[in-house]
Amino acid sequence: MAQQTILQKLEILADAAKYDASCASSGTAKKNSLGGRGIGSTEGMGICHAYAPDGRCISLLKILLTNHCVFDCHYCVNRKSSNVARARFTPQEVVDLTLAFYRRNYIEGLFLSSGIVKNSNHTMEQIVEVARILREEHDFRGYIHLKTIPEADAEIVHQAGLYADRVSINVELPTDSGLTRLAPDKDARQIEGAMGKVKADLAEAKDAHKRFKHAPRFAPAGQSTQMIVGADAATDADIVGKASRLYDNFRLRRVYYSAFSPIPDASAVLPLKRPPLIREHRLYQSDWLMRFYGYKPAEVMQATEADGNLPLDIDPKLAWALKFREAFPVDVNRSTKEQLLRVPGLGVKAVGKILASRRHRALRLDDVALLTQSITKVRPFICTVDWRPVTLTDRADLRSLLAPKSEQLELFVT
Amino acid sequence: MTALQHVRLGTYYVVNLPEADDFDFWRDRARALVQCDVPPDRIAWVEPGGSGDLFSHGERRMPVPPMDARPVRANRRFVSLAKNAILHSDPERFALLYRLLWRLQSNPRMMEDKADLDVRRVEELDKNVRRDSHKMHAFVRFRLVESEDEEAGEHYVAWFEPEHHILRANAGFFMRRFSNMRWSILTPRGSLHWDGETMAEGPPAERHDAPGGDPMEDLWRTYYASIFNPARLKIGAMLKEMPKKYWKNMPEASLIPDLIAGAQGREASMVEKGALEFEERPDTLAAIDKAIHACRKCPIGALDNTAVMGEGPQDAALMIVGEQPGDNEDLAGRPFVGPAGQLLDVHLEKAGIDRRAAYLTNAVKHFKYVQRGKRRLHQNPGAKEIDTCRWWIESERAIVQPKLVLAMGASAARGLLGKTVSISKVRGTPIPLEDGSELWVTAHPSYLLRLEGPAREEQARLFDADLAAVKARLAELAG
Repeated sequence: MAQQTILQKLEILADAAKYDASCASSGTAKKNSLGGRGIGSTEGMGICHAYAPDGRCISLLKILLTNHCVFDCHYCVNRKSSNVARARFTPQEVVDLTLAFYRRNYIEGLFLSSGIVKNSNHTMEQIVEVARILREEHDFRGYIHLKTIPEADAEIVHQAGLYADRVSINVELPTDSGLTRLAPDKDARQIEGAMGKVKADLAEAKDAHKRFKHAPRFAPAGQSTQMIVGADAATDADIVGKASRLYDNFRLRRVYYSAFSPIPDASAVLPLKRPPLIREHRLYQSDWLMRFYGYKPAEVMQATEADGNLPLDIDPKLAWALKFREAFPVDVNRSTKEQLLRVPGLGVKAVGKILASRRHRALRLDDVALLTQSITKVRPFICTVDWRPVTLTDRADLRSLLAPKSEQLELFVT
Repeated sequence: MTALQHVRLGTYYVVNLPEADDFDFWRDRARALVQCDVPPDRIAWVEPGGSGDLFSHGERRMPVPPMDARPVRANRRFVSLAKNAILHSDPERFALLYRLLWRLQSNPRMMEDKADLDVRRVEELDKNVRRDSHKMHAFVRFRLVESEDEEAGEHYVAWFEPEHHILRANAGFFMRRFSNMRWSILTPRGSLHWDGETMAEGPPAERHDAPGGDPMEDLWRTYYASIFNPARLKIGAMLKEMPKKYWKNMPEASLIPDLIAGAQGREASMVEKGALEFEERPDTLAAIDKAIHACRKCPIGALDNTAVMGEGPQDAALMIVGEQPGDNEDLAGRPFVGPAGQLLDVHLEKAGIDRRAAYLTNAVKHFKYVQRGKRRLHQNPGAKEIDTCRWWIESERAIVQPKLVLAMGASAARGLLGKTVSISKVRGTPIPLEDGSELWVTAHPSYLLRLEGPAREEQARLFDADLAAVKARLAELAG
């Protein structure tokens, strides 16, 4: 085959990375390039440098080192038996590309993943080498997220954590049986073992940092994971349960959900239809409920319907409220923060504003309307000095009243 | 009381601000005016280029606060909001902030009242400014300028059009990020120049002062187009975060209309190339037989061959799966009639398994071969071909519902398991299948045919042992 240009390789290796949901570049240690030789800074909040028409942000240069792979995971476009075009970057090429993009302010840093070539250790070493050149030779102080390979030696994974802001290990699928069926070369216990090792490394580095200011940093933005939704038969209840176990067991920063997309050259064992993207959205909403609204995993599972899945037409918080109507109405002037956070339509910010404002005045419905996005959604679940939803929460058709009208597909106008 | 004050202080004060974003100047004047008890509606705040003429008749001299004036009170929340809100382009911002400061004197906790209209407005200004700053951090696109002066090194220049007076306030961000780079940011409101050591402010610029392109932009556009997944079009989400007003200065944005227009087509071709569109599962063996003859999901089906259906009783307890039909099977249209099939018969008989009571089939339904002269040479099916054909073997299993499946050879094992296993590792132990049946794996009889001497004897012995184990297990399952 003729020598591929950087442009051709980038086309193939970015295309191959587009199924990865994670993009965040937040939550790492602050750094800047003052007093250094190179470039780069991180200021806590990640920056989305562009948005693609799929609504996802582009924050990092997200590419694969190579899409050659000795594994044969059915949902993966790069699996061994797939006929996609293959390409391979050298570590230096990835470094050059990252720096050139960074200098032009296109990106916050690099998110590097790879197909498995030769063997897991070899691949992991190559990934680490990219980070090493960036950090050591170019004094690059931007964000680096490395995908680590659970089958690789712990020592090499540890190296990755020393260079990277964040490391991640994909759990791939929400159930072990799904993993066995769709990712025959992967092993659930090995994946969780690798996550456990990273968790231990994180704890150790944090401890060392407390005692010695110059102790080496280890993945200050923590570890995250991703699972594919809709490729196997796992229900939302299964997925929420899995996610919460992962959060608890491995102190993950984020669990990403990636709705299974039709991939070119897909395997015959995959479902033929893609799951609605809204399902992925509902899972992220449920993730939010657990992380910011004080819902327990069991409570999110209570919001699922008989088939174990979250309703698609309404959000999980509303679904929970409709099932537990006895918890409402909530008095915005008297109820606790926890109770207010349960009101559909009240976000964390709105609740903060209500709590601050009610010290100054007894809130009326109009006041609440000023503090929230949509009073219509909130009204059936709250009472104020001048409003009490006498029978509304008992109405059988409440769901249809509150469910958003089915939206017409937005047309693009230039 | 206020009415009296109005009479007493019936003068207008005009404050001319030297810069649109000069918070310290505003704070000094505002402090003095509050201490002199000047109500908000008696002051005009005029920024450079603002309409100061209206108030030219007003009193320009600032009042001097009395010696015993009370200190002006402003909480931290107010100060942090005001610092940012003053960068907003709304000409009313100075007056709004003064009004708030004035009201804070009698109601020090007013900032907490989020339902107050003034508080809401200033929070809105703050939010707009923070958003504009954030978008500047995100959407500034540097372009490399080739300079004649080699000594000076590379120079990166960006053109950006902020909505508010945020340029100076954000100098630090770019300095911290690009410390060791020489760069300039040009805007219609002013410019910033960093040479690696000092920051210099320059006059407003025009678009043509900035370079028009950069060689890296082709790569960046390639990246932008490739990382976009056409199966997930969400235009609203994109527009919300990247409003069109920013597009004209972002090289990648020119691709958006075409990416969107082509998305449906790209997704359709992804699906077409990808997911194999099988219909509903056939519900009879005859229907499968009919369908496999028409199957062209993989290249083998396109060869000059005939699909070979499995055969045996529909309620067989044992299903035996081979690799694929060979030359003889293809011609006869029946499984296991060639040399390997005959060898299988011998061993089955030896083990006491009745071939006629078993359902015999293959992992792949068509014969894969290469033509050599008049001969058709057998070829192993590829992993993808086996995976594609799994649809048919699963359909057969769904109807026959065998208690035990015997897979002969690696291809057959893959056809049932979806992964490649090593025969030597898995033989002799049952593998549970999802439907509750169990899978036993052994070698393919054609493997025995290729061996000679002691090796063949050894393999034949292992093969017999596997068949004997299957026979015993079948008896258990029947019992």
